[in-house]
Amino acid sequence: MIGLAHRRTRPAAIARHALLLVTGGLVLLPFVWMTSLSLKPPSEIFQASFSLLPGHWYAAENYHKALTVAPLPRYLANGVLVCAAILVLQILICAPCAYALAKLEFKGRDALFGLVLFGLLLPHQILALPVFILGYSLGLLNTYAALVFPFVVSPFGIFLFRQFFRSIPDDIVHAARLDGLSELAIVWRIMLPMAMPAVIAFSIFSVVAHWNDLFWPLIAVKSPDLMPPALGVAVFRSGETSTEYGPLMAGAVLVILPLMLAFVVAQRWFIEGLTSASLK
Amino acid sequence: MTAASSLCHSGALEPSRDAASMSSLRKRKLDDMLAATALTGPAVALLLTLFIFPALAVVVIALTDWQFGAKSLRFVGLANFSAVFADPGFRASLGNTLAYVAMVVPGTVLAGLGTALLIESGKSFRAFYRAAHFLPFMATLAATAIAWEALLHPTVGLVNMAFAALGLPTANWLRDETTVLPVLALIGIWQNLGFAMVLFLAGLKNIPQDLYDAADVDGADQWLDRLRTVTLPMLGPVAMFVVIVVALRAFEAFDTVQILTQGGPGHASELLLYTLYRESFEFLRAGYGAAITVVFLVIAVTLTLIQVRLMDSRVHYQ
Repeated sequence: MIGLAHRRTRPAAIARHALLLVTGGLVLLPFVWMTSLSLKPPSEIFQASFSLLPGHWYAAENYHKALTVAPLPRYLANGVLVCAAILVLQILICAPCAYALAKLEFKGRDALFGLVLFGLLLPHQILALPVFILGYSLGLLNTYAALVFPFVVSPFGIFLFRQFFRSIPDDIVHAARLDGLSELAIVWRIMLPMAMPAVIAFSIFSVVAHWNDLFWPLIAVKSPDLMPPALGVAVFRSGETSTEYGPLMAGAVLVILPLMLAFVVAQRWFIEGLTSASLK
Repeated sequence: MTAASSLCHSGALEPSRDAASMSSLRKRKLDDMLAATALTGPAVALLLTLFIFPALAVVVIALTDWQFGAKSLRFVGLANFSAVFADPGFRASLGNTLAYVAMVVPGTVLAGLGTALLIESGKSFRAFYRAAHFLPFMATLAATAIAWEALLHPTVGLVNMAFAALGLPTANWLRDETTVLPVLALIGIWQNLGFAMVLFLAGLKNIPQDLYDAADVDGADQWLDRLRTVTLPMLGPVAMFVVIVVALRAFEAFDTVQILTQGGPGHASELLLYTLYRESFEFLRAGYGAAITVVFLVIAVTLTLIQVRLMDSRVHYQ
């Protein structure tokens, strides 16, 4: 496809690269700067210099401190645990519902779909107060369950899976029934494997959202042992060591790193997964 | 589509099914009904518990004097809302939020459009440039905010060092009430521009090549002509959509306020979601917090409904 790119000249191509390198450099500057500070000793950080690389390497000290003074490994492990629990429950709960909406005839189907669309309208922050009260009355606050339970059903997940399941031919469902598969077996063994692109897009959307979420964890847990990465690094920053930029930056780098590495490997999937939610 | 019409439909494709008797049809419908109940049951129960009832509860709480832990409550009509709107703190927060959105939306849309056009105007390094500009959108904002704090540090921050070297005025960016909100808006633009860019890139891909060919025939063969006569007009609907989606995200800004400014200095950087959080969960003023939540809900739902309308009209258009 030529499109807008038609008839490029050499100066135009050079200008394009020059501009994009400048904007890209500015956009990446916070990442570069935090990495640079995480390698420097305090004396160099407070010396105010433009140099990116430290004169005296201090990376080991800073990263060691980030991993021991703040319970950063614990935060990261909490993040993995919470994101995994949310994602597994979301798929377990949303996929069967999406299958029923896409492939079964039953009374109240339209009403249920209406319910899902209504759920899509509601940003999670507006539900925080009543869900907090619910968590309180169930005794869930300040537990792992508190971080997971508000998200176990995802209207967006149901919506996305339903769209994808609808595009799978009915004949495949009929054939599976003739083979004696139960409806639930059809969901797990036929529909979900065929809807892998939707599953991957949704998984990335869900994991990124909950790894990065600060709002709900701030409300739901107080104990440092339970904190997911975003809340952990925020608490690290406001703690006693907050004047020590080196370890703090090392901590911030470590919180960003897992998703960033995954993004570099699977860029296309990330962009698709993270924009699909607004193209619903 | 009803069960009967779907059966006719599949019957037409597979003649052997014409033999299906009425009783097996009825059995199939009953099976479907039972299966549907089992398959949708958990999702329905949770949707009601975690979305529908809470949404209703927030409206009810906003209309009462209920406090956390209180055994009884009394309807007070719109008293919470009049208290909220009479509160200078909330009014400042709402004003700040509107100003913040008014800076973030045009900034993000223009920056996103500009980068998308630049990337699409050539073929080399497209994936690289796209990834670089998209990175802030997926990185943990709580962590990148800390990097911004270091960049903006009044004495050892790179921004002031660079500004001083260039002879530009320096400032204590996050502690000065004239600069704090624009600086937060800049971070908001930085975070979201890659998102807008990706949506614009998708829009650019959907412009039919015929239109460029036609423009060529009409003599619009320079890049700028093609941009003006074909690209920008065709991007109109996408741009409207991006405006709404970015506005929704801007209204939900929270992390940077919580980590960098706590709403200060004074109320200069207090945004709606931060006020909602403080009133509801730090000061535990349930009715008051619920009233703010309802205000936030009205804004969010209005924007989402506009977004849905735009999506629909785009579908009809194609």
